[in-house]
Amino acid sequence: MKIAVAIDGSQNALRAAKHAIALAQLYPEAQLDIIYVADYNKAKDERLLSQNEESLLLKRKQKADPVLNMARVAGVSAKMTLLKGNPSQEIINYVNAEAMDQLVLGSRGLNTFQEMVLGSVSHKVMKHVDCPVTVVK
Amino acid sequence: MHTLKQQWFGNVRADILAGIVVGLALIPEALAFAFIVGVDPRVALYASFAIAVITSFVGGRPGLISAATGAMALVLVNLMADHGLQYVLAATVLTGVIQFILGWLGVANLMRFIPNSVMLGFVNALGIMIFITQLPYLRGHDAMTFIFAIATLILVYAVPRFFTAIPAPLIAIVVMTGIALISGVTLQTIGDLGKMPNSLPTFFLPDIPFNLETLKIIFPYSLALSIVGLLESLLTSQVLDDMTDTESDKNREARGQGIANFFTGFFGGMAGCALIGQSMINIKSGGRGRLSTFTAGAFLMFLIIVLGDVVVKIPMPVLAGVMIMVAATTFNWSSFKFLKQAPKTESVVMLITVAIILYTHNLAIGVVVGVILSSLFFVANISRVTVTQDSNIYKIKGPLFFASTTKFIQSFRDVKEKDIIIDFEDSQLWDESSVGAIIKVKQKLEEEGATVTIRGLNSSSEQLYGKLL
Repeated sequence: MKIAVAIDGSQNALRAAKHAIALAQLYPEAQLDIIYVADYNKAKDERLLSQNEESLLLKRKQKADPVLNMARVAGVSAKMTLLKGNPSQEIINYVNAEAMDQLVLGSRGLNTFQEMVLGSVSHKVMKHVDCPVTVVK
Repeated sequence: MHTLKQQWFGNVRADILAGIVVGLALIPEALAFAFIVGVDPRVALYASFAIAVITSFVGGRPGLISAATGAMALVLVNLMADHGLQYVLAATVLTGVIQFILGWLGVANLMRFIPNSVMLGFVNALGIMIFITQLPYLRGHDAMTFIFAIATLILVYAVPRFFTAIPAPLIAIVVMTGIALISGVTLQTIGDLGKMPNSLPTFFLPDIPFNLETLKIIFPYSLALSIVGLLESLLTSQVLDDMTDTESDKNREARGQGIANFFTGFFGGMAGCALIGQSMINIKSGGRGRLSTFTAGAFLMFLIIVLGDVVVKIPMPVLAGVMIMVAATTFNWSSFKFLKQAPKTESVVMLITVAIILYTHNLAIGVVVGVILSSLFFVANISRVTVTQDSNIYKIKGPLFFASTTKFIQSFRDVKEKDIIIDFEDSQLWDESSVGAIIKVKQKLEEEGATVTIRGLNSSSEQLYGKLL
């Protein structure tokens, strides 16, 4: 059972991660893949806010740390995958290429207007991945 | 690192498509940068063409887009106003020479010494200055000017939500210029302010007296241009390294920037460097190799020669609208959060860098002062040495070097014990003055009739101590 959860460091993503861990606990062989996508659109700002590439890498890894800890406590084997590009596109490509059995996403809880302006990651991902998707509110 | 053939032809289809997109995205800004300096659009367009094409061959970071830029334009403003175009071209050639030498000396290795607070100050001041340069095209004109600028701004931000294949600024310009032509409103246009080129650039020597007097005029500008150009180019290289998970030869990039500026000056173009925005567009559009940069430059020139007669009809408020978006994108809006979260000294360095740039109108001065200031803060920060006393044992904590020895010596002013141990377990001796300070303290205490034992020196401190004693 390969379970993937996409995180972005937000509270919504953390809720999704909790759900994914609970799900993984039901399967003794479950592998949890914590996906973080470094958004191309934020590449410049993220670089400017970090002293060098090492501290940038550390900041990105730290996004997954709380989830990795929760997984360890729950006895779920988990790893972090760092991707770069357009978040929804990268999640879709990776989940399909790795033949995941289940994808868990957090919903940003945008209203109609925000969704129009920002675009919904979960909506786009749901449409294009091959496996079942759970969106956690 | 890939082979040269791979860097050119490893990604042909995507490189050509991305290059076309970038070529389109380069035009509005090149025009606006020409007006910032006060030269004909030709000078910036020839520069963008020449710099992009030359760096595609000699640059160190495949996929990096270099052309005429706002940062370089801002440095050139005064030179153009005081001495004219020929001096701008000569300064561009000299900038190339300086950058090449700096690259040859390994200047890129110094990038690690530039703290991100200075880089943040740099981009924020740049954003503010680009914004300010656009105000003359809006203020003091009629209401229609404002309407066109605001409509352009709305289009630039709204279009990417629905359509991303063609850069939004270009769509906005085409739509708004169309509306202006059809409705017949009278607005200031690019044609009112300058002539468009209708031929490829040609090689000529800048028409200046070749003497020391000329060098005195252009050298300060060339030095500033070199610093600003390398800073922005190397920063952009780092961003692209991160985006593509590949490494690049930064010193080769520095030399490449030099070669490009050197020849661009002779082809009638103004100095340029890497553009962060266009380079990111290139990567996002799938561009990875040298062919993408080459295509961007070549396509830009092709478009200008074919479409020059149309380009002159673009209204200035439309171009200003696009540039306000560019200014807003250049500015790092997370800086406000940075000011709240970062250590005080870093916030101070960032704000002072911005303030100096806005005051002097010179990005290079701001960066140099920012780096010096942050180095001083760093030394002050690291030179904290504490001495804690536990009966007759004095424990030293913190590095001992020229900046921290005074504090160290002062700590032994009123010592009453007679059998003293100074423990250096949590310290490190760095230089002559640290050894000197220990000897001074030891001597003083022994004169007062105490015995002094030094202990806990780590091996490198021990070595220094033994060597200098």
